[in-house]
Amino acid sequence: MHEPWWITIPKAFLVINVVMVFFAFTTWFERKLLGRMQNRYGPNRAGPKGLLVPIADLLKLIRKEAFAPSAAKQPLYIIAPVVSMFTALLAFSVLPFGAGWTVGGKYIQGEVANLPISLILIFALGSIGIYGFIVGGWASQSKYSMLGAMRTCAQLVSYEVSLALSVLGVVLMGQSLSLTDIVAKQQTTLWFFIPQAVGLVVFLIGGTAETSRAPFDLPEGDTEIVAGYHTEYSGMRWGLFQAAEYVNLLTLSGLCVTLFFDGYHFPWVHSLDKFGPVWFTLKLFILVGLFIWLRASQPRLRYDQLMRFGWKVLLPVATVNALVTAFLVVLIK
Amino acid sequence: MKTTAELLATGDVMTVNFGPNHPSTHGVLRLVVDLYGEDVTGLEAVVGYLHTGFEKNMEQKTWWKCITYPERIDYVSFQNNEYVFVAAVEKLLELPVPPKATWMRTLLCELNRIHSHLVWLGTSALELGAISMFWYAFRERDLILDLFELVTGYRMHTRYFQVGGLAEDIPRGFYPEARKFCEWMPKAVDDYETLLTRNKIWLERTEGIGLLSAPDAIALGQSGPVLRASGVEWDLRRVEPYLAYHQVDFDVPVFPEGDVYARYRVHMQEMRESVRIVEQCLDRLENMEGDPWISDDRKVVLPPRHELHTSMESLIHHFKIVTEGFRVPEGEVYVAIESPRGELGCYICSEGGPKPWRVKFRAPSFVALEATATMMQDALIADMIAIVGSLDTVMGEVDR
Repeated sequence: MHEPWWITIPKAFLVINVVMVFFAFTTWFERKLLGRMQNRYGPNRAGPKGLLVPIADLLKLIRKEAFAPSAAKQPLYIIAPVVSMFTALLAFSVLPFGAGWTVGGKYIQGEVANLPISLILIFALGSIGIYGFIVGGWASQSKYSMLGAMRTCAQLVSYEVSLALSVLGVVLMGQSLSLTDIVAKQQTTLWFFIPQAVGLVVFLIGGTAETSRAPFDLPEGDTEIVAGYHTEYSGMRWGLFQAAEYVNLLTLSGLCVTLFFDGYHFPWVHSLDKFGPVWFTLKLFILVGLFIWLRASQPRLRYDQLMRFGWKVLLPVATVNALVTAFLVVLIK
Repeated sequence: MKTTAELLATGDVMTVNFGPNHPSTHGVLRLVVDLYGEDVTGLEAVVGYLHTGFEKNMEQKTWWKCITYPERIDYVSFQNNEYVFVAAVEKLLELPVPPKATWMRTLLCELNRIHSHLVWLGTSALELGAISMFWYAFRERDLILDLFELVTGYRMHTRYFQVGGLAEDIPRGFYPEARKFCEWMPKAVDDYETLLTRNKIWLERTEGIGLLSAPDAIALGQSGPVLRASGVEWDLRRVEPYLAYHQVDFDVPVFPEGDVYARYRVHMQEMRESVRIVEQCLDRLENMEGDPWISDDRKVVLPPRHELHTSMESLIHHFKIVTEGFRVPEGEVYVAIESPRGELGCYICSEGGPKPWRVKFRAPSFVALEATATMMQDALIADMIAIVGSLDTVMGEVDR
């Protein structure tokens, strides 16, 4: 059951493009949903239902003059958004979106890369992606960027701990670090959001903070520090940061679907599993909608409150959850 | 507020310019802030970026042309500003105003108070990250602007108050529309409160932030919602009634905590009270169909249009008022009212001519800004935004 390389490479190319399209339409989806929640229409001019807005955005951003502050530390300033975008896209490669298909005697895997430690890879890539934000903020040599970079650094690093601990329960129950195995395990037992409800809540909160979305959007709290780390970025460089953020959001939602909601499987009806990518996308966008809803309804936390909440509430809860799960798993065995 | 030398010596203090162009400076307020990490250790407010010389300009205009200026000083509470100037001129003229005009002025001033509070709510909630509140508040604000348009023909800067009364009679369709609004508005305020009043994050962000004690508030000359949120019951509508306020029933919301949350509560309660006042005004006005809406003093008030074709005297009055303007007897007067932001005073000085010799406004926003540093004890950047927002300043009024 091994996939030949000449299938893997076009598939990777396809997935990366699909993710980019998803990113583009997440921005549309966010504006539309946010607009609806705020008693307005959202984009409705470019194309039917405003569907061409992301394309228009892209064209605008690419054609914009890319200028940099003269004080900016040059190679780093340019590299930073690239690093963020690269790691964000890379993380998506280990998410399983289908059960695998056999076409003409050739086997096609349901993910780009099936690693035995894919979960760790996602977290590792997330940590590297943070460098992009921090270095970008620092290399801009602007005070607002600096403040934003510091906030990003503190927030993302501290919430990553809780985030990693929150999935520990799932790992213990799935008895694997491979996302493919975890999904398969949920297939035979039950969806992990039931036994791991606490883990799910911690994961969602930590995830909101990790993708710096409201109410944890402090790194770019626009009414406080203008735009945070990307204050001095414009054009497509800014676009890359923005894209990285949305792709991170997609990855995180995808991870959540995989870990807690049985990934690409359709509930009960197994014959529908061959349409895995469809169910995966559906589940993913329901979660994205949840994040958008949160943004529409909650005010922003303050820096110290965010820190206090992360270390004093989320971390202990995640730890206790992991310990209790470990205890129960051993007991049941 | 100054950073201590001790902190400065560490070399870790960063001076940041917030404004005059910044997403949350309510226009063009500039704050030069010393930051030690996220802590605000020093603060200096720089005002004057929106100075347009309204007061000086008014000296070049005849009294009745001046009325358009005060509304533009505070572009959010235009009718209250308009009224305070008209009231001052009327006081110098000792001109009686017909009751219908008085009630309609009360009604419009209260609608305008709701309008102003809605703008405040929308923008300051936006600053704390509650982005949707902005659209919800502006939805109701639009209803009020529709009412203004119905009565006056303009949505903002209505210039509907004339020396001696109103510029035009109240249109027939106004009362049912205003009734509809009065029914809707309390529900809308309920909606806002469900989103914010008991929201955990909102409470965390506003409770105990920007404390201002009652003695401090009085010493700093605060008025309006800021003062009432510090536990001082002082509302000019109650203590020095003007217009028809002594004949209507309303409560003055007072909260003793003196923090941002108390200021938020005061604003929310005042919107409810204003709706009550508007309803009472409507009750009276509906029985005044056909009453005069402006005084009959031909030396000040333009004669009715139809008389111009038949009466020589009316034509002369019309000509004199339009070309030269009416004359206001020599003297000086200070009139203060409770604008949505607090005590709004208008001092005018006349030398007996058709133009004012000096006009001066006491702007509550300007006074409120003076309390910024006092409230900024142990504040973080985010608190600073919340505090400045809670003061409800309009920079047009601060800089004039």
